[in-house]
Amino acid sequence: MAEMTGTSAPLVQAESPLAPLRPARSGPRLRAARRRRQAAIRWVVVVLVLAFFVTPMVSMVDFTTRLLSGKRSGIAWRKVVDFGQLDPQAKDLLVDGLRTSLILAVLTVVIMVVLLVPTMTWVRLRLPGMTRTIEFICLLPLIIPAIVLVVGYYPIYRFIGQHFSTSSVWLALAYGVLVLPYAYRALDAGLSAIDVKTMSEAARSLGSSWAGVMWRIVVPNIATAIAGAAFLSVALVLGEFTVASLLSKNNLQTSLVLVSSADPRFATAMSLVVLLLAFLLLFVLTFVGNRRRARR
Amino acid sequence: MSAPAAPVAATPTPAPAPTGRGGRRRGSAFVGTVPFLLYTGLFLLLPTAIILIGSFQDGSGGFTLANIKAMGDPATMDALWNSVVLSLVTAVVGAVIGGVLAYVLTTGAPGGALRRLVTAACSVLAQFGGALLAFAFIATLGTNGLVTRALASSLGITIDPNYLSTLSGFIPVYLYFQIPLMVIVFLPAVDGIRPQWREACETLGGSTWAFWRHVGGPLLLPPFLGSVLLLFANAFSAYATAATLVSQYNPLIALQIRGALISETGLGAPNFAKALALLMVLVVGVMMALYYLLQRRASRWLR
Repeated sequence: MAEMTGTSAPLVQAESPLAPLRPARSGPRLRAARRRRQAAIRWVVVVLVLAFFVTPMVSMVDFTTRLLSGKRSGIAWRKVVDFGQLDPQAKDLLVDGLRTSLILAVLTVVIMVVLLVPTMTWVRLRLPGMTRTIEFICLLPLIIPAIVLVVGYYPIYRFIGQHFSTSSVWLALAYGVLVLPYAYRALDAGLSAIDVKTMSEAARSLGSSWAGVMWRIVVPNIATAIAGAAFLSVALVLGEFTVASLLSKNNLQTSLVLVSSADPRFATAMSLVVLLLAFLLLFVLTFVGNRRRARR
Repeated sequence: MSAPAAPVAATPTPAPAPTGRGGRRRGSAFVGTVPFLLYTGLFLLLPTAIILIGSFQDGSGGFTLANIKAMGDPATMDALWNSVVLSLVTAVVGAVIGGVLAYVLTTGAPGGALRRLVTAACSVLAQFGGALLAFAFIATLGTNGLVTRALASSLGITIDPNYLSTLSGFIPVYLYFQIPLMVIVFLPAVDGIRPQWREACETLGGSTWAFWRHVGGPLLLPPFLGSVLLLFANAFSAYATAATLVSQYNPLIALQIRGALISETGLGAPNFAKALALLMVLVVGVMMALYYLLQRRASRWLR
């Protein structure tokens, strides 16, 4: 609200010399009424949507603490705190899956940022004719989704397994492709919001190198978009099941599904924890993205 | 934002920069895209080629149309129809709810806690597919779910124990990732609507309706329709949640692929999964062709 009044103040000042004109006088009052209405609508919509999204979470909490007899038990949560209370086999599986997924999340974001950001900027600046080609490639994983792509990955990962290793970390190369459409759309929105061409031409005419344009002009201006693309990538990797399971690799999701058949309460409790951790991480990252934008 | 805009208005044709450009740099400019093209070539185009060629091959690698003909059976056609209906319903409902939520968020303070919280939540929930989502809804609407028990004890309504394995049961589950995806995808577009434009419209005597009819609506329609297509593709290609919810039969086309893939490693028809994959690609391909048309229209506005 403080920012809303902040933006309207200079406008009121700018309008005051035009006092004889009718809209100038009724403007601020109209805006105030609209803002009150908007605030009310905002809360109604948010609360309704929130109810839909919170109910399954509450149900998960209920499910993890309730035995079939209706009695309450904290055993599932004690296992979450201390994996030692788990069956040793389940514990090994889960620890391995968790570690793999975290490594994969980092590698996927690195692949995405290092390949996509410079390429998209470069194409905008120097090869505008290729924009459609790059966009087509980036959106291709929507036409060829994971369940389809995994069929084609099968021989490729057999080759990697034979010549390099069967480690689950290789999944990062597949995940880099799976995040392309979401990362592309986020970055494209960011790049469209700024006039990259004019800004880079200004920087170049002032003697900046291309690397300087990239690092000092483009990246700071689309920091929010890059953060957004990274959020989506991390969330996608932590939730990925299809490719890992059909290529017989172990990640967080596949290990949770395996554990869930024997211990559904623990698996559900663990899912909730994973979700909350991801949520906290992304919330912190949003703060970083916003601070950068504010500084700009 | 106004700072970079000012030079654009002042100098529509930037004078000093073009001197360095020309044919000499065309080749070196192309080199900049090589790493990206190499990577996507190996991990996106190569698997696609494997699927495309495989759909027309029999067990020994010879050309055949048997895989394509095998898709005419009622089970596959039913699955395709179910997938299209489910995707369409969840895309439209998700886009409307998500679009309203996105708009409502932009009317608040740009750096506000509410907006940060919702954005962060959406980026997690949009990818909250897979088995975890199935766990969540089994805990909610399953036989022993919280909502199931609450409805039974308070209103006497019994939810069918198999509800979550039915097509209508998939709708709330799919909306759980469709709505957040819509918010993420649509928020940048709504952010593009500047309050100054609204104020300009009012200064000229325009009503709220006039603003949405002549400024907001036309600007947001192409990105909105584009988002609907994206959501359709997202639902159509979702696999893990449905796979966890239904293990007995394969009511969706993505699950048919799972079935064909499993039987392929056994004694089933070779390469039938690849043919099904091709069918999926064709359906989503039509959506994407429409999306491209919309994009071209939207980019006309941006110039």
